Amino acid sequence: MIVADIVKALNLEVLSGAKGLQREVTSGYTSDLLSDVMGFADAGAAWVTLQTHKNVMAVASLKELGAIILVKGFKPEPDTIEQSDEEEIPILGTELSAFEITGKLYNMLQQE
Amino acid sequence: MHFEYKVQGGDFARAGLASSQVKKVLKQLNVDAKLIKRVVVAMYEAEVNVVAHAYQGTINVDIDTERIVMAFSDHGPGIPDIPLAMQRGYSTASPVVREMGFGAGMGLPNIQSNADEFKITSVVGKGTNLEIIVYLNVPQE
Ligand SMILES: Nc1ncnc2c1ncn2[C@@H]1O[C@H](COP(=O)(O)OP(=O)(O)OP(=O)(O)O)[C@@H](O)[C@H]1O
Ligand SMILES: [Mg+2]
Repeated sequence: MIVADIVKALNLEVLSGAKGLQREVTSGYTSDLLSDVMGFADAGAAWVTLQTHKNVMAVASLKELGAIILVKGFKPEPDTIEQSDEEEIPILGTELSAFEITGKLYNMLQQE
Repeated sequence: MHFEYKVQGGDFARAGLASSQVKKVLKQLNVDAKLIKRVVVAMYEAEVNVVAHAYQGTINVDIDTERIVMAFSDHGPGIPDIPLAMQRGYSTASPVVREMGFGAGMGLPNIQSNADEFKITSVVGKGTNLEIIVYLNVPQE
């Protein structure tokens, strides 16, 4: 599936990086620890987190993640948005908790 | 090929820049994608460690057809007990740094597991030297 499919199915808000909505998403990873994501997320993963600062984009870009999903209404910082737009890696928003959105995303990916 | 980067302690906004530049170079050289991933994880974690734990540092990167050598040298507090620092979960990161999602104590173990050669030496009160080597001519499974 692509990022746009997830946005639609899970009713997410596109907060930045809209040019990357066609990126492929092949897995998911939920963590707020950057070195955990760095070490163990796969390329193409949708990353569920509440971290909003620029290093999140550094990790997403270096790991070639599919998208970032910010939980509980958290919003990216301005320099995070800037890098997301530049790299065309979308940051998506939800009001749901990490637990809830991860469950929904998991089900979606299982049905692929 | 030789590259040198300066890293400033506390400058989180620029953390990862050197790693992303090296990644670009390796892509241009058509290095195996799996090898690039290993280099990137190791280099990023070492770069962030200088930012999070030291005052300033220099990264020297040498790339030839055989291997990439990443040498990190920093001025900083040093590491009193290296085997302890190498343990997954051990971290002295400050509360502010932890709030950003650093400080899981996974960086050094991640570096070691992605490196073919890994050497770390440190003098308390002076600084830390870290050398990471990844062989580039080994086919990845
Ligand atoms: N360059 C360095 N200078 C001084 N101390 C360091 C340096 N690198 C690592 N350390 C020490 O080793 C500990 C473990 O490092 P490691 O990278 O494994 O974890 P961390 O940086 O604390 O957290 P994480 O990497 O998961 O964000 C650090 O908390 C710190 O005490
Ligand atoms: Mg670290």
